Amino acid sequence: MTTATQPAPGGTEQQGLVERHRQLPRFALAGLFAVGAVVGVLASVLTGFNLVLAVIYAVVLGTLSVYVASRSVEGSRKAVDRLVTCVVTTAFAVAMVPLVSLIWTVLGRGLRRLDGEFFNSSMLGVVGEGGGAYHAILGTLIITGLTALISVPIGLLTAIYIVEYGTGRLKKAITFLVDVMTGIPSIVAGLFAFALFAIFFGPGVRLGIMGATALSVLMIPVVVRSSEEVLKLVPNELREAAYALGVPKWRTIVKVVIPTAIAGLATAVTLAIARVIGETAPLLITVGIINGTNLDPIDGRMATLPVFAYYQLTQPGFPPEFAIDRAWTAALILIILVMALNVVARLISRFFAPKTGR
Amino acid sequence: MTTTSAPPEPPRPKRRVGDRIFAGSATGAGILILVVLAGVAAFLVSEAWPAVTAPAGDIPGGDGLTAYIAPLIFGTLLAAVIALVVATPLAVAIALYITYYAPRRLAAGMGYVIDLLAAIPSVVYGFWGIAALAPAMVPFYVWAEEHLSFIPLFAGPASATGRTMLTAGLMLGVMILPIISAISREVFSQAPALHREAALALGATRWEMIKMAVLPYGKSGVIGGAMLGLGRALGETLAIAIVLSASGGITFNLISNSNPSTIAANIALKFPESTGLDVNTLIASGLALFVITLAVNMLARWVVNRRADFSGAN
Amino acid sequence: MAKRIDVSDLDIYYGNFLAVQGVNISIEPRSITALIGPSGCGKSTFLRSLNRMHEVIPGARVEGKVVIDGQDLYGADVDPVDVRRQIGMVFQRPNPFPTMSIYDNVAAGLRLNAKKVKKAELDDLVERSLKGANLWTEVKDRLNRPGSGLSGGQQQRLCIARAIAVEPEVLLMDEPCSALDPISTLAIEDLMTELKERFTIVIVTHNMQQAARVSESTGFFNLAGVGQPGRLVEFNPTEKIFSNPDEKATEDYISGRFG
Repeated sequence: MTTATQPAPGGTEQQGLVERHRQLPRFALAGLFAVGAVVGVLASVLTGFNLVLAVIYAVVLGTLSVYVASRSVEGSRKAVDRLVTCVVTTAFAVAMVPLVSLIWTVLGRGLRRLDGEFFNSSMLGVVGEGGGAYHAILGTLIITGLTALISVPIGLLTAIYIVEYGTGRLKKAITFLVDVMTGIPSIVAGLFAFALFAIFFGPGVRLGIMGATALSVLMIPVVVRSSEEVLKLVPNELREAAYALGVPKWRTIVKVVIPTAIAGLATAVTLAIARVIGETAPLLITVGIINGTNLDPIDGRMATLPVFAYYQLTQPGFPPEFAIDRAWTAALILIILVMALNVVARLISRFFAPKTGR
Repeated sequence: MTTTSAPPEPPRPKRRVGDRIFAGSATGAGILILVVLAGVAAFLVSEAWPAVTAPAGDIPGGDGLTAYIAPLIFGTLLAAVIALVVATPLAVAIALYITYYAPRRLAAGMGYVIDLLAAIPSVVYGFWGIAALAPAMVPFYVWAEEHLSFIPLFAGPASATGRTMLTAGLMLGVMILPIISAISREVFSQAPALHREAALALGATRWEMIKMAVLPYGKSGVIGGAMLGLGRALGETLAIAIVLSASGGITFNLISNSNPSTIAANIALKFPESTGLDVNTLIASGLALFVITLAVNMLARWVVNRRADFSGAN
Repeated sequence: MAKRIDVSDLDIYYGNFLAVQGVNISIEPRSITALIGPSGCGKSTFLRSLNRMHEVIPGARVEGKVVIDGQDLYGADVDPVDVRRQIGMVFQRPNPFPTMSIYDNVAAGLRLNAKKVKKAELDDLVERSLKGANLWTEVKDRLNRPGSGLSGGQQQRLCIARAIAVEPEVLLMDEPCSALDPISTLAIEDLMTELKERFTIVIVTHNMQQAARVSESTGFFNLAGVGQPGRLVEFNPTEKIFSNPDEKATEDYISGRFG
């Protein structure tokens, strides 16, 4: 705010050692913006009221009046700064609109069926009203659990390989391929699992474990990437301290490196689970959907929450409104699951981080 | 570990059993990733092969594989490009706002909310797209058909349901917005404090400081983030399947009811009911998608890594 | 328990790069030997080669002999892990394990090697080691607090306690005071003079007063020239090095006329 480099075009007044530019007070800026905005709203009312247009006019005119006023009082550099502030803030607000609308819509429509029945009944024999996602929630938990069971050991060991053991060309190749794997579209992962199992069981096969395989292809690289970052954060000095005590390398990793990084690793795994728990496309083509409860991942189709939501929305049957309500509630539960996992990850990293009492 | 390729090779020191087992399993896990990726490529190719070799008349549509996949690729790219054009500037604005404009106390919370939005399952975005976004866009489409139909993009006839290519692209944009802004936010906040303070010490305004010290530093990160978002948009499946009203055919008309589908959405819609050669055809299209996303991702890594050397991070 | 170290014709490589060339030195037991010299001349590299710590950097290797009481450290059947149990090390920056308490940090050498030790014996060992590192009175009431909560100087003494708890024969110290304030430095120096009754100590330091204060013998390392490997220029009793060195280069370095 105080500069002594350039005399402002608006004139300066001497105050002690520091030259002070003439400056608009905060309330004046807010007031100017409000005046512009009111003019904008009036303009839109005169031309036939429309909420979207009114907001656009208001913001544009408000910004303009701030810019013009600032330019005439504070000079062009300051005016550009104010203009950019308005633009950035507006853009932020614009970007928030769809995101808020999304939460609002899902909450509004999903709450209707968020009742006990939804959690303890399946869709077996349900036509029209009632029914629930008991089978789909359990299916999602089972398949996600299996996925984690496959992905976490492989992912962690690979990260340990890259950080602690890897050298030369193999390390480079693996790092590169993990990068490539992060970019595999989820539907392609589904096709892979399908092609793999079709070779052994024929083309019509649908199994829970197929879904877990497909999701693992998506989850492993996420686990590797993030746990690699976490392991790299463990200071080398700690490894050296352990080596200098005559501790073999593998014990150093198990007893020093991993305990030091455990909070970060747990966070990484939790976020990776959150990332795959809502995956729909691969499950659609590998696990399919059923109405009853099947909890055996190596025996036929299973229901999962995202696929359940998808089919309830797109193939609601007649009358459609009941299925559509179920679909929104399933979507809401999915969001709640993802949020819960994120919160858990936060808590883990906050409470289990090594205490540095400095 | 004592030895390299140096000529007088000293004998390798003995290694402990625990070390051997542990190193072996870690290396094994790494190699497994090689195998899996090779498997993905091999199985896709082997399952796609019958469609590649089949006579043109047997492919759905009857004009051969290329004619089947081409509109899908077009649709995939079109939707992804719309998403990218819409999302990138907004994402940069969000990132700038959170890092340099928002009140300190709010900024951390906002960053957290954005991270959460990045984790919302895509199928939920699809729900929102068809329930909220599509109807909200209809008045604009009607207006655009009336006043802008001289531009081929808005040729019409305007969709009455709003399930158009533009809606799909905008929805994809909303989906990748959190991804791009999360990465941009990270690089912006890492812009060296020394440079920023140097700019401010020279009497720069906040915008001048951002222009001088933050944007040049963060450019490669933004590009990389945008590319990752693009990769995500290309592979997005169910949100598109839900929202887009697809009837095939290549067209730049963004506001009508007849649009080209995208590869991923097409697979999701057709796969559950397909058998025989149709499955092979779909897998062949999946292979094409795999190749495209691979290319985009590699390009993104290359851009980020190339710029990393000049970013002044060291 | 302290042992004599004989190094003959030691060359140290990183990959194909020769970092240190032709070191011959005999380190006396129960004494402090200081290594001085400008940055990047291979003092630390040499120190780390004495307990095979440099091998954790991929591509690092040595040629020549390091013999401790007749046993060649680089013999074909010698496990570097065993070497490091005999030769402890203290690093430039204090590095207590952040996940462990003060007690566990001292016991780490045994715990991490899964040695079965009775609780009473372990308590005894921890107390002895902490007393040996002049830290016992300061921490005896908070043994279960995290080690990273101590001050820098206390942390470094904790690291020394950790190193002597495994009862090594030699203690290597790589600029142990460079991250500490003068008072903590003095505490560590006092500790070193006590420890030399039991251990052979080799210390790398940039602080020439420190070398003069604590050591019996001093080795001066220098680069043979730009891009040339580092070498041991002179090795003599500390008094002689600081009053009447044999080499011109040593005198220039010590009197500050170096370079």
